[in-house]
Amino acid sequence: MSTNEFYSLKVNGVDHHVSDAWIGESLLYVLRERLGLPGSKGACEQGECGSCTVFIDGAAVCSCLVMAASAVESEIATVEGLNADGTLTDVQEAFVTEGAVQCGFCTPGLVMAVHHLLDENDSPSELEVKEALSGNICRCTGYGRIFAAVDKVVAVRRGALS
Amino acid sequence: MPVLIAHTISEATEILAENPDATILNGGTDLMVEVNFNHRHPSSVLLLRNVPQLREWSIDSSQQTITIGAGVPYAAMETGAIAAAVPALAQAARTVGSPQIRAAGTMGGNLGTCSPAGDTLPVLSALEATIHLSSQDGERTVPFGEFMVGPKKNSRLQHEIITAVTLPVTGNRQGYSKVGVRNAMVISVASACFAIVDDTPRLAMGSVGPTILRAVKAEKFLAEATKDLDNISDEIAREFGEIASTEARPIDDHRSTAQYRAHAIKVLASRLAVRGTAS
Repeated sequence: MSTNEFYSLKVNGVDHHVSDAWIGESLLYVLRERLGLPGSKGACEQGECGSCTVFIDGAAVCSCLVMAASAVESEIATVEGLNADGTLTDVQEAFVTEGAVQCGFCTPGLVMAVHHLLDENDSPSELEVKEALSGNICRCTGYGRIFAAVDKVVAVRRGALS
Repeated sequence: MPVLIAHTISEATEILAENPDATILNGGTDLMVEVNFNHRHPSSVLLLRNVPQLREWSIDSSQQTITIGAGVPYAAMETGAIAAAVPALAQAARTVGSPQIRAAGTMGGNLGTCSPAGDTLPVLSALEATIHLSSQDGERTVPFGEFMVGPKKNSRLQHEIITAVTLPVTGNRQGYSKVGVRNAMVISVASACFAIVDDTPRLAMGSVGPTILRAVKAEKFLAEATKDLDNISDEIAREFGEIASTEARPIDDHRSTAQYRAHAIKVLASRLAVRGTAS
């Protein structure tokens, strides 16, 4: 049994100390307001929009629905940690070149969701892409350019592999 | 005001015995919405997510049952061996929220919350699942029909944790459907699970009553109307749906109307009677 009024979170491989936090604070809040990692965005606070998507022990989840103090034994990965050197990943690059970004608010969550999808399935069908991104809401793009960006990454990775 | 992290079931029940007011947390997809919107202010939390035993599942081929740990996330039920054993459960799991929700949320949470709109609950009702509970006093099992006692009310005692669910592997046709405003991220307006168990049809209905309701008259009608449950005529299916609809007890609320829900149940029941996947 362990308790944690003061606790540490391992985010992108680095231990961060959190103190004087309220027990009910979400991981999204702690990442943004306490740890200086504002890449994950907050919109709905109820798991509907996906803009706060992070990986916890490899699973893509909504950080707004994770009690931060409950994640002390987990490996947390955020959009800031995708490429440690700060360069764009192939998914981010495709979002730029395919024009999949308009206001940009949903983009970090979508980038995380696309990375997770393509890590599990390197050639998803159209339906699989739509289902995998069904938890990420974008009000600007109409999704067409986002799906085009996914197709681009799939094509580039396939080319890179062959 | 700590988060108390258990790593074994016995550690969890010990923590709960010492902290009877602790709020139980697993996937967090229900609890954190309430916390984020200031509807709940937990003073202490018992975390079950780090108990590996709760994330296990196993098939007992001699008993023809599957036992699924309360901490198995919905995502793990959508495909693979669980989906093959209990196709209706896989179909229900796939309709929960979004991939992010399904990666976190668990059947233990669905049972703990016990909302009439809980997506897996009609499956547990139709298949007459057994709920496993654990406490410092020992273990006990409760049939689903006695577990859910009202809207968001169940017969779990305060010092108990839900550890697992046992379901029959029927080897026969079963299916789950739900109606909502769109495909993803939707709380059901009406839902239903149809299953044939021991050559007997069963239908459980969600979101149309204070608990999950079994359509006992419709089940009886269907059992008497045909001996060939694999080839139900459209006419019999339609009447099955109409009878089921009379057994629903829907209400008007912010998600839909009683009238629409009764109609939706009729359509869902009729369709499920002629569809379904063999387990």
